[in-house]
Amino acid sequence: MGLQNAINGIPLEWYLIVAAALFSIGLYGVLARKNAVAMLMGVELMLNSVNLNLLAFWRYLAPESAAGLAFAAFVFVVAAAETAVGLALIIAVYRSLKSVDPETLTQLKL
Amino acid sequence: MFAEAPVTAPPYLATLLWLAPLPPLVAFALIALFFNRYRQLSSTIAVVSMLASTVMSFIVFFNVWQLKDLGKAPIRSTFPWLPTGDTVLNIGVGVDPLGATFLFMVPLACSLIFIYSTGYMANDPYYSRFFAYLSLFGGSMMGLVVSDNLLTLFIFWELMGFCSYSLIGFFFRKPSAYRAAVKAFMTTRVGDMLLLLGMAYLYTQTGTLSFHEILHNEEVLTKLAETPAVFGLSAAAAIALLIFGGTVGKSAQWPLHVWLPDAMEGPTPVSAMIHAATMVSAGVFMLLRFFPLLQAAGEHNTAFLVVALIGAFTAFMGATIAVAQYDIKRVLAFSTISQLGFMVAATGIGAYVAAAFHLLTHAFFKALLFLASGSVIHGVEHGHHAAHAHHAGHHGHSSHAGHEEEHGSEHEEHAHDHDFDPQDMRNMGGLARRMPITFATFLIGGAALAGVPFITAGFWSKDEIFADAYYHGLVKGDGLATLVFVLLVLSALMTAFYTTRQIVMTFLGEPRTEAAAHAEESVPSMTFPLIVLAVFALFIGFINVPKDFPVFGALVGGGAFWLKNFLASMLLEKPEAPPFNAVPVLFSIVVALGGIALGYMVYGVRPLTAGQTDPVERLPFFKFLHNRWYWDDLYRAIFVKPMQFIADRYSEAVDRGVIDRILEGGYALGARVTKGFAEFDRVVITGFSDAVGRAFRAAGDWVRDLQTGQVQGYLLSSLAMALVILIVFIFLFQ
Repeated sequence: MGLQNAINGIPLEWYLIVAAALFSIGLYGVLARKNAVAMLMGVELMLNSVNLNLLAFWRYLAPESAAGLAFAAFVFVVAAAETAVGLALIIAVYRSLKSVDPETLTQLKL
Repeated sequence: MFAEAPVTAPPYLATLLWLAPLPPLVAFALIALFFNRYRQLSSTIAVVSMLASTVMSFIVFFNVWQLKDLGKAPIRSTFPWLPTGDTVLNIGVGVDPLGATFLFMVPLACSLIFIYSTGYMANDPYYSRFFAYLSLFGGSMMGLVVSDNLLTLFIFWELMGFCSYSLIGFFFRKPSAYRAAVKAFMTTRVGDMLLLLGMAYLYTQTGTLSFHEILHNEEVLTKLAETPAVFGLSAAAAIALLIFGGTVGKSAQWPLHVWLPDAMEGPTPVSAMIHAATMVSAGVFMLLRFFPLLQAAGEHNTAFLVVALIGAFTAFMGATIAVAQYDIKRVLAFSTISQLGFMVAATGIGAYVAAAFHLLTHAFFKALLFLASGSVIHGVEHGHHAAHAHHAGHHGHSSHAGHEEEHGSEHEEHAHDHDFDPQDMRNMGGLARRMPITFATFLIGGAALAGVPFITAGFWSKDEIFADAYYHGLVKGDGLATLVFVLLVLSALMTAFYTTRQIVMTFLGEPRTEAAAHAEESVPSMTFPLIVLAVFALFIGFINVPKDFPVFGALVGGGAFWLKNFLASMLLEKPEAPPFNAVPVLFSIVVALGGIALGYMVYGVRPLTAGQTDPVERLPFFKFLHNRWYWDDLYRAIFVKPMQFIADRYSEAVDRGVIDRILEGGYALGARVTKGFAEFDRVVITGFSDAVGRAFRAAGDWVRDLQTGQVQGYLLSSLAMALVILIVFIFLFQ
């Protein structure tokens, strides 16, 4: 029961601050990394920060509704699918171009 | 013989009446639309459809032929068709005694002609087209017979006019054929116009066009007789005369007779259709239908006078012209005109039954004569080709039964063929041995036409007319009937003479040309109808033998005057029937046998040899007769030539002077307007479209620089945009 009390003692804002930090780290990763795999990792971080937000709001503001949990579950599923497709794409790109640097991937430009 | 009480006819008869004209009409549509490439199929459809029509008609006929009061209560089936103001125009079908007798004759004759055509037209390239028109022709006549009102009768009447036009002009590459077609169409059109006027007049006066409601209704007839019209005529007389105008055109009475001889340009089965079963019969048929109207106008009225005079004059004129013709079909054509004159004259003196009787018998023997003459022509053509092939030394050509020739110049190597006329009786002679069946049947038909006593149908019907004319004229002292009697007796004498001349010139003596010497009998499909018709030409006369006639009256017993008794209920007021009198009978025997004897003395005792001049050419007025009393030349001079002159002037002044100018002006104006539009197009519409295109291109060029292909760059700009939107929202909606 000690752990439960400790968690209850943490205010909502803390969660939000962690989530915002996590989101910013993820965003930075997406925008700045020179490796497509790392960009994908950044996206995962951003998705997880959103999940953290969703769960925190659910727990503190509407614990009687299951909507927050459901949303979080959906995000997990989407994130898993997105990762699978993204990695497959990156592997395919690597096979044909021997590179995963997003700056060199400009073939679709007019 | 006749059922006393009005027997009720089976109810399905009305349905059969609706159906009877349909098969040939449907056959026309089928052949014209779908099967015109299949020769055998086309003719089969046509023949079968006509036979179906015949069966239905016969069922109707044999259900009603013993009904006594059919005329008082005809079997009818009508429905309202066209509302016209206060009244409704009803159309429908019906059968009364007159219609019933025609339901017997018309489909039978048509069927035989159809069967004959399958043989006669066998080598024609337009075989299917021929049968299509023939079916339409037969179907129209059937429709005309079952019509119970003047409107549908008129529609079918005009359909027949169209069919005769198409069929007379069937060999359309021959100028004479299409001219004859136009002539027939235009001439009958004059009569049809009068008929149309009569119809309109009748409708305004009575509000109905149903035969039964007008012609079997004392009240309506009296009203028509009492209404005055123009020239001192009563409305009844005026309408009767206008309708008679239609008869004059269709049945080729003077002065509109000129088309009928030219109608010979069509194939011979068509001539048989026109002269016997359909076209000309329709005219007299309608005149007989409107006989009560003539009666209503009163005895000795102008309408009767006109009808009798035109009929008698036509009978006489036709007979005189027929004497001086060489073309085998032309002789028959003028004899048709003459015989129709007999019928019309009989109608004009009130001999209603006699006219109907003669119309019926004439249809059979004239169809027979035409089909037999077609067989002769066929045989002579065949002989001509055979003779030619023989001389040229190759027999292969004998199989050309050359009808293609009539279609123009396919046979260039036979150029001299066009000088040979297979219809000219001077090129025949001695055909009796070569074509025995044709000879026998032609002889029977000719005997009927000449009126050989007792054994031919023609005798009985012609005698009937004489009896009426004699009774009204010489016994009752009516001057008009006397004149009619004299003219008709003279015509009958000439009829017997020219028929004998024709038979002797064609069949007896020695062949006068190689073609006649090599002629061959026709195929069975052609001789079979001849034999059937010959039977009718002999025996159909017994349907109306006078009761008191010596020997024969007793022979037929209760069957005497069947036609007369059957038709009796058609008329409200029965014309006075002459008692039996031996004098007119003697007259008809004497003129028939006298004419034949005269003809045989002139032609038969010493038959013509090749190159010998025909004895009739020695007659002082031969040229006048041979040129058909110059009627055609007269019409050419007073109608055709001035009309052409007016048309030429008109085309010069109005067409070229006015209409062409207007059109040219319009053209110039149009060209100018068009040019203006073209300029507008070029500057405004094309310019605008081009400008739009250029603008988009420029915009595209500018925008394409934004696409760098750098994914992270795009993401960054998305982020920037999201921030901007966020800031805007914060400041605007705080």
